[in-house]
Amino acid sequence: MVATQVGAIAMRSIARTVRQPASFIPPLVFPTMLLAVNSGGLASATGLEGFPTDSFLAFALAVPFIQGALFSTMNAGTDLARDIQTGFLSRLSLTPLRGSALLAGTLGGVVVLGQVQTAFYVLVGLAAGVDFHAGLLGIAVLFAFASIVSLGFGALGSFMALRTGSGEAIQGLFPLLFVFLFISSMNMPRDLIEIDWFRAAATANPVSYLLECVRSLIITGWDGEALALGFGVAGALAVVAVGLAAVALKERLART
Amino acid sequence: MAHPNSIEAQQLVRVFKKGLRAVDGIDLHVEPGEVYGFLGPNGAGKSTTVLMLTTLLPPTSGTARVGGYDVVHEGPKVRAAIGAALQEAALDPLLTGRDHLRLQTMLQGVPRHERRSRADELLDRVGLAEAADRKVKGYSGGMKRRLDLALALVHRPSILFLDEPTTGLDPQSRKALWAEVARLAHEDGVTVFLTTQYLEEADVLADRVGIIDHGRIVAEGTPAALKAEIGRPTVEAEPADPADRERIAGALDVFGERVSRSPRSVSVRLRDGASGLADVVRALDAASLPVENLTLHAPSLDDVFLAKTGRSLEGAAEEDETEA
Repeated sequence: MVATQVGAIAMRSIARTVRQPASFIPPLVFPTMLLAVNSGGLASATGLEGFPTDSFLAFALAVPFIQGALFSTMNAGTDLARDIQTGFLSRLSLTPLRGSALLAGTLGGVVVLGQVQTAFYVLVGLAAGVDFHAGLLGIAVLFAFASIVSLGFGALGSFMALRTGSGEAIQGLFPLLFVFLFISSMNMPRDLIEIDWFRAAATANPVSYLLECVRSLIITGWDGEALALGFGVAGALAVVAVGLAAVALKERLART
Repeated sequence: MAHPNSIEAQQLVRVFKKGLRAVDGIDLHVEPGEVYGFLGPNGAGKSTTVLMLTTLLPPTSGTARVGGYDVVHEGPKVRAAIGAALQEAALDPLLTGRDHLRLQTMLQGVPRHERRSRADELLDRVGLAEAADRKVKGYSGGMKRRLDLALALVHRPSILFLDEPTTGLDPQSRKALWAEVARLAHEDGVTVFLTTQYLEEADVLADRVGIIDHGRIVAEGTPAALKAEIGRPTVEAEPADPADRERIAGALDVFGERVSRSPRSVSVRLRDGASGLADVVRALDAASLPVENLTLHAPSLDDVFLAKTGRSLEGAAEEDETEA
């Protein structure tokens, strides 16, 4: 019964996204455009001593994976906020749907879309001639990592939606998340950032470790420390965000 | 022991933040298979009552049993027994009618092999078979309401809550929905709890009516009994010259008690019934008071509302909107 409920909610989540091109095309197109611009404009950075690769494209390819996950936050959050605003959540509340199944289904849909985004960026990288140093197994690990990151950011968006019940509040979160992305090792390895406060901020910023995990699989191969930090941060984010979302859902589903 | 199809409430109260008593101690007893019309203006407490009876809002105090189960302590059992179409047809504009029914059958635990046939049966019953594969964002208000009703019936509930199901619908859609609700009650034996602000709807559909105002039930009974309680018709005179209004009121006061129906006219509930109309005409003529319209109103549920609250239902709705 619970599996059926999770499947039903996940199918709806996917159907909604597929039927709104505006919700799945930007997460594919905008990060790809930014990748193209940055890899052209910042290519000379590879000449810096200690830069880990001679292909800025390979270095920057990690960014779209994380940007795509940020878009997942928006999609999961705004969809749930709309359900609250329109009363659709009340309709669901009148069925035997378990709160855990609602959350799992919603996030399941987000994870599936995260996988589609990951496949797209991997194909973009391969088409552009990027050599994935960790090989096929590394790409498989990349998909697993993307699942956890999508789950974490999707749960964060769901938590915000459940707390505020407002799609506008979710939209307001978006620039904040992008600030986290920009104040990270997005465009430069941390040890090559010369401005002290920026390097300190990037080091304190968990997004840096998400980027470096993806990046390690692309340009280094198997880097245990980067993988441990990346999976650790992503896992912690997922656990905390799912926990918060579960509590918020319980409060929101005030049925007796 | 409450009957499995019945609805009972004792001293049900809901107080919101800032002390607003939306529902102020109501008692209800709805018999199995009965259509109960809950009539009142906007803000009277109808929807809050429905939310409590459907387990979506805990009461502040009082008790209620729906389908034999306590709404506070046996929420899942109550929800399994009921179907509900709440005030706004909460549908996903990106899903089709069939998608909605597929989702609902899955969530309600309809066995896999029955899902498709149940969805087809309900789509057919509410007249949406042809539009089943269209996205809901292209549906009219009436189609959305009919889909909403179909979704509420997926798991064959024995009790159905309909919160203002025809608000905003055109007369044709309204009558189609009434026919389906009547069929459910009379052929399938479903108990229907229907809130409405339309007098005609309560009059046509309901076996019994409860009139709610400011969170309290002010009258309850069959529409016929409630109207018989009021008994006497009302005569309404609209002056040809608005300046004559007070003089007309003075002339009519001798025929019965004044009631407030419209600010432009004068209404009096005739002490001697319809037979007093001829005397009214003679009195106006003798006083040389020309009228634009003279109307004899048979007792209606609005008269019942007027008698119990001192306001007409339409006026009360406007008043409450102004207060809000």
